[in-house]
Amino acid sequence: MSPKTLYDKIWDAHIAHEAEDGTTLLYIDRHLVHEVTSPQAFEGLRMAGRTVRAPEKTIAVPDHNVPTTEDRVNGIDNEESRIQVEALDQNAKDFGIHYYPVSDVRQGIVHIVGPEQGWTLPGMTVVCGDSHTATHGAFGALAHGIGTSEVEHVLATQTLIQKKSKNMKVEITGKLKPGVTAKDITLAVIGETGTAGGTGYVIEYCGEAIRDLSMEGRMTVCNMAIEGGARAGLIAPDETTYEYVKGRPHAPKGAQWDAALAWWKTLYTDEDAHFDKVVTLKGEDIAPVVTWGTSPEDVLPITATVPNPSDFSGGKVEAAQRAIEYMGLEAGQKLTDIKIDTVFIGSCTNGRIEDLRAAAEVLKGKKIADGMRAMVVPGSGLVRAQAEEEGIAQIFIDAGFEWRMAGCSMCLAMNPDQLAPGERCAATSNRNFEGRQGRGGRTHLLSPQMAAAAAVTGHLTDIRDLT
Amino acid sequence: MEKFEKITGVAAPMPLINIDTDMIIPKLFLKTIKRSGLGVNLFDEMRYDDDRNEIPDFVLNKPAYRDAEIIIAGDNFGCGSSREHAPWAIKDFGIRCVISTSFADIFFNNCFKNGILPIVLPEAERDFLMKDAENGSNARMTIDLEAQEITASDGTVISFEVDAFKKHCLLEGLDDIGQTMAKVDSIASFEKQAEVSRPWV
Repeated sequence: MSPKTLYDKIWDAHIAHEAEDGTTLLYIDRHLVHEVTSPQAFEGLRMAGRTVRAPEKTIAVPDHNVPTTEDRVNGIDNEESRIQVEALDQNAKDFGIHYYPVSDVRQGIVHIVGPEQGWTLPGMTVVCGDSHTATHGAFGALAHGIGTSEVEHVLATQTLIQKKSKNMKVEITGKLKPGVTAKDITLAVIGETGTAGGTGYVIEYCGEAIRDLSMEGRMTVCNMAIEGGARAGLIAPDETTYEYVKGRPHAPKGAQWDAALAWWKTLYTDEDAHFDKVVTLKGEDIAPVVTWGTSPEDVLPITATVPNPSDFSGGKVEAAQRAIEYMGLEAGQKLTDIKIDTVFIGSCTNGRIEDLRAAAEVLKGKKIADGMRAMVVPGSGLVRAQAEEEGIAQIFIDAGFEWRMAGCSMCLAMNPDQLAPGERCAATSNRNFEGRQGRGGRTHLLSPQMAAAAAVTGHLTDIRDLT
Repeated sequence: MEKFEKITGVAAPMPLINIDTDMIIPKLFLKTIKRSGLGVNLFDEMRYDDDRNEIPDFVLNKPAYRDAEIIIAGDNFGCGSSREHAPWAIKDFGIRCVISTSFADIFFNNCFKNGILPIVLPEAERDFLMKDAENGSNARMTIDLEAQEITASDGTVISFEVDAFKKHCLLEGLDDIGQTMAKVDSIASFEKQAEVSRPWV
């Protein structure tokens, strides 16, 4: 048998039907659902008189629209948002799928709730009507975002019509330097490959620096595979993975655990398996990074200066010019001189307990800069509860941060957490697109540590310089 | 789904690279529970100023391109989120075909589910069509899916590749779910076998 990649193995284990031209019906093990991309899909089922084929494999949670202030228990003010959340409440009930309503302490961002509850397991296929489904690849699960028509297709058939992607390997060798995080890895890779570098591929991240990451760090890396254009990102499961999964509410137990573990241990890329594209970065070469522009590929080490559009070629010249104007920057300006008025810590990229711990470590005994608006939005109600128990919440509050309820919040600003035009935010989220955090808002992507540092100093800051 | 066979129409040039889904349809408009009516908000932040007046410089606001049915786009069109609201808005505006050198994967798939044909061309050919599109409303192009050919306004013919299955579905206006339902026995037998081999799922 020819050697296989991890992606090949998971793909092969999920083929329900394959046509001669390679068009495959891929079986879906877990379908995660939220309120924004699902109402039209459920409506489609109703219109056609169809049911959900595997409600026990379908998990729903409202996250994109929900307010993150404590008064949300009294209901959602914005009528459209309320209608979407109520539609999900109703659809979950009508179709009998697992549901974590806003009032449930387990509610949170769908990509944080899935792993936390043990729904996401190695070797699975996981889909959701959300591009950051790539997060679940950290478990060695083939996980990717789908559109609403495909959401309806999975609800009705528990399969997706797919063509196989190509294999890409991203290796991070050696050790990371102090102050460098999983977020810096994933941004540095996109800086290297560009936002279309992964188009047509499934990425497997490997190498010592990836192996050394916790599960939470691995989720941060895979989360942004989509920002590099890849269909999915994968990391082979290992002891770190099994330890994280074991004992979670929906993880297998007893004899089933043993059987699952035996199979999971076969989930690695065989020696000599073929990759269509290989990118290698040295861990020690990666610096703490930030984005300066309006594409996640606009990445530079914090020690650098804003580039000149003429540094680029082709269509990137015009795009860089536009980005510098939109961001209100000047070519040659030091990144550490960029003043910040808002800090957002949260999102499916960096809203887990370790992210909060890392930011709190920086903030301990410090205050945020005058006039700074700083906000922490835990990724789930359980992350919030744990942070409160560990005393982390108090560190944020003492530093001057707003301590919020769980949700997507200012990552995409569908709820009231938004930037006003011209406001500039240091954000631990995943997209710095024009208007992403609010019309006219300006976003710099960075790690939780660097976000905390910027909150204290009032400008983008090299975490290594902060004492 | 509306069939796509052959269209002839005006093509709007949008040379900016990395046009993302937040540009195509800002999050504000994702709060709908319907698929229709999003065309008026297509490219909303590029198209309207803060007072909701049209920005005259934006290509789809120019008289020549108001009825465009084709977009010729910069590299990596549709990057970002999985929101199908992006193709819904494009279709609702009246655009049936987008031509670029590359598309983000999820957006590309979403187009085919909505009767929109995304076409990938080599850079030189895309650039040729971009120039053609800059000629305004006189530059009408024809996209023939059956023949897999684009005819530019000067008669130049450019052929393109398209996945055979996706082409078939677009030409016939087929609903994916109906087709998959016909293979329900394969799905059931996969489930039966998976219950034995991976019972923990």
